[in-house]
Amino acid sequence: MALFSKKNKESLVTPLLKENPVTIQVLGICSALAVTSKLEPAVVMGLSVTIIIAMANVIISLIRNTIPMRIRIIVQLVVVAALVTLVSEVLKAFAYDVSVQLSVYIGLIITNCILMGRLEAFAMQNKPWPSFLDGIGNGVGYAMILVIVAFFRELFGSGTLFNYPIVEKLGLYECGYLNNGLMLMTPAAFILIACIVWYQRAKDKTLQEK
Amino acid sequence: MAAKKYVCKVCGYVHEGKEAPAVCPLCKAAASEFEAVKEAKKGLDTNSDVYAILYSAVVVVIVAFLLAGVSSALKPMQDANVELDKKKQILASLNEKNLPDAAAKYDALIVADPIINVNGEVVAEEGGFEVANDAVSEENLPLYVADIDGTKKYILPMTGNGLWGGIWGYLALNDDCNSIYGVYFSHASETPGLGAEIAGDKFQTRFPGKKVYGEDGQVVLTVAKGGAKASEESGVDAISGATITCNGVNGMLKTKLAPYYKYLMSQIASTPMVELVPAEPVATDANVEPAATDAAL
Repeated sequence: MALFSKKNKESLVTPLLKENPVTIQVLGICSALAVTSKLEPAVVMGLSVTIIIAMANVIISLIRNTIPMRIRIIVQLVVVAALVTLVSEVLKAFAYDVSVQLSVYIGLIITNCILMGRLEAFAMQNKPWPSFLDGIGNGVGYAMILVIVAFFRELFGSGTLFNYPIVEKLGLYECGYLNNGLMLMTPAAFILIACIVWYQRAKDKTLQEK
Repeated sequence: MAAKKYVCKVCGYVHEGKEAPAVCPLCKAAASEFEAVKEAKKGLDTNSDVYAILYSAVVVVIVAFLLAGVSSALKPMQDANVELDKKKQILASLNEKNLPDAAAKYDALIVADPIINVNGEVVAEEGGFEVANDAVSEENLPLYVADIDGTKKYILPMTGNGLWGGIWGYLALNDDCNSIYGVYFSHASETPGLGAEIAGDKFQTRFPGKKVYGEDGQVVLTVAKGGAKASEESGVDAISGATITCNGVNGMLKTKLAPYYKYLMSQIASTPMVELVPAEPVATDANVEPAATDAAL
């Protein structure tokens, strides 16, 4: 089987737009609200989730035929929790500054619904390689939305991008411009995600729910 | 050979026999549309209770050993990181940030880390660095003494509570034991963009030059909501939108700095006898203060 057969490509690409975990499947909203007030944590969160989904998908897919159906959710949860703990321990040993910055977010990955959703819906039925691609696709699809939301929240809320004071450098404050404090609050993330959902469905009518 | 099952791919009809029927009795599909149904492998019944219990036990044991192994293998590196990070934080309160080799700089600048108590007595001449945050009490107060260009700076550690979790910091005093040389704050999980700004330079540069203690030893240094008046020499602007975090910083300053007062006062009294350069600190002080007042405005 070709590594990038049509079907495999599909499992990698569809989660980016047509099956986006955040805007179409509406999963992982909780963390999309929590970590998007600045770009930096959003990017790191997106990366960690991508890595952990891909790894968890592969592991679950490898052992999918041995998992007793009745306790499969618990087994999935154990695998995810073990991976998250592992990643956080490794970060603490080799990239301490990053782990300090992420602090609570790493632990939050365990509760990310996308992970359990993909394990249950894809990895339980598919071979490791397609599962890996599906994990990467969903992780990137999630990260993409996070970064878009964080871009607007940081730009309008703090007037910075990756902590670079762009609005100040442009001299907009002298013209009477003020940062929008609402953007730093969680409701702003709801509004922005809703705008993305709206835009996406307006562009592609097939995505509209009846 | 026993009868096998064949399923019609078109309509789902299941035929039992040695081979697929010529045509499907339901939808008249040809034999090529039939597919042999694979019998489930005999052996383990993955749905039995015993299997489920054993499976979960095995998974848990594997995961437990894996995590325990990784954790203990990485422990020395993690401890070294934590120690280095603590040194970096202490240096940050001396406005020494983004150092390539923080450990060497720490050894060069920090000349003593005594443990003192609330009555101003020295409990131990060194070992303050090893005191864990939760072991700090009125009888067990760690303190760091730095030597910067011949003048002494006293660094006091602080811990407190923010909105979502712990906050902590270090505050460096000039050798008048009252005016601030520099501060460092950090937090576990404050809101990014709001409470988390206490870890930013914009907030921390408001502190240098401010006075910590009042006449009778209480802490007058305050993070003031609504902005500190320019004339106040112990008021610092709070961060708008981060009231609870700033209250936490306030509480931390008030409770954690007060126990050091007696010791610091005894240091002032003894300084002229020990120190060789009494004129210099006055000059540094005068340099620092106007700049800090501007920042507060």
